[in-house]
Amino acid sequence: MLIRGSYQGSSFFELLENDHPQLRTDLRTELRGGATDGGAAVASVPHGTTVLAFRFADGVVVAGDRLATEGHRVASRDLQKVFPTDSHSLIAIAGAAGPAIEMARMLRIELEHYEKIEGEPLELEGKANKLSQMVRANLPAAMQGLVVVPLFAGYDPRRHIGRLWKYDVTGGRYEETEYDASGSGGLYARESVKKAFRAGLPREDALRIALQALADAADEDRATGGVDLARGIFPLVCVCTASGVEEVDRETIERVYREQVVVARARAGA
Amino acid sequence: MSMPFYVSPEQLMQDKAEYARKGIARGRSIVALEYDKGIVLVAENPSRLTKISEIYDRIAFAGVGRFSEFDQLRKIGVRFADVRGYAYSREDVRGKALANAYSQAIGDVFTREMKPLEVEVIVAEVGDPRLAGHEESLMFRVTFDGSISDHRGYTSIGGGVEALENYLRDRYRASLPLGDAVKMGRDALMAASNGSTTIPPERLEVCTLDRDLPGRKFRRAAAEELRAILG
Repeated sequence: MLIRGSYQGSSFFELLENDHPQLRTDLRTELRGGATDGGAAVASVPHGTTVLAFRFADGVVVAGDRLATEGHRVASRDLQKVFPTDSHSLIAIAGAAGPAIEMARMLRIELEHYEKIEGEPLELEGKANKLSQMVRANLPAAMQGLVVVPLFAGYDPRRHIGRLWKYDVTGGRYEETEYDASGSGGLYARESVKKAFRAGLPREDALRIALQALADAADEDRATGGVDLARGIFPLVCVCTASGVEEVDRETIERVYREQVVVARARAGA
Repeated sequence: MSMPFYVSPEQLMQDKAEYARKGIARGRSIVALEYDKGIVLVAENPSRLTKISEIYDRIAFAGVGRFSEFDQLRKIGVRFADVRGYAYSREDVRGKALANAYSQAIGDVFTREMKPLEVEVIVAEVGDPRLAGHEESLMFRVTFDGSISDHRGYTSIGGGVEALENYLRDRYRASLPLGDAVKMGRDALMAASNGSTTIPPERLEVCTLDRDLPGRKFRRAAAEELRAILG
């Protein structure tokens, strides 16, 4: 048949590699080509910083700051780092922004493609595993400095719980039962979540803890963006529950931030 | 060595067309109708092998005939659409391009291969008056020889096309509510199968492209929804 390619499987990622290689520029060869100045080139690529995810009573909450840095410079003040990948899962990205955003986009298409070809969606575990393969495929680029370390989270309708996974550069996939954070400020964010976390958090508390953790990370890590009141830039927070992925609206985030995070901090300083 | 018999091209095409028509007529028909919020596709299909499916955000596919053949076309369509959407933007994936690709592919098989594809397909794209350049809903029908046609309001595929079109010609009107459109679709299918028995909801496959849904507009109606609509 005229428009039939050679690939017959249900993976979009493999479809591109097999039938449309021109659409998949291989970062490995690109980097080797410019190897003499590879380090400088990588430093000038925007990097996303802090994202976190943890479980709460209804599912899982995923949040990220908005700053992207190019070495010591600001590359973007309102980068999106949390992306819904389908109706019941999300990815949060940290690391080299270009490949990371591409990975998030690719995962979304991959999951939708699979669902359409096969007629049913992947299990949450299957989705997490798919992302693992994509992170692994990025390993050669990661070795050159273009590291992508995402968090993946979603609601498992079979077990009726929110679940989350973290990854390492080799595609290693580790399920976390409570919380995790990634990126340059990830350590501070995780410590902050750790102190406040308990099982079965109500939604309002979860929102406060997420914003608090990002504020703590921004406090300690120069590459993590805090709340920018002058420009009206707030962190991005999404929740995923049985009813699906939902982005928390800006007004709610601003209210929780002003009423709870700022007040708590002022009290501590007074 | 024996000489092959001479068969005139006309005869060859006629034979192939007859062969394909017979294959298609064995299966049940599908009808697509525009309703007030988009497009609804209705098929009589007691099996769980679906005939109507999602291609992309605003595009649906329906096929009749040999399952393995139209399901292959469906997968080709999904790949075609996803690659386009990846290379350009999601809005650049259009039903017309897909219908043309189907027309090419099916027509190519019809002229080159011994056995033509015993399929007919509908490509439906829901429009939205609020979206510049995408205002109108489109419905294309591609038949076994690759001929493509463009339809407004309603269209159908399968062995009962003539009866279906006759039924709908006088009764169809624009901006039907969903319930009425589904009923009309079912009644048309019944008329096409000589109106002998009512088709119960559990034997129907109904999918919609609802322009009011965010992102992916395609939805498969659940059995209980159909029972509520059809009573």
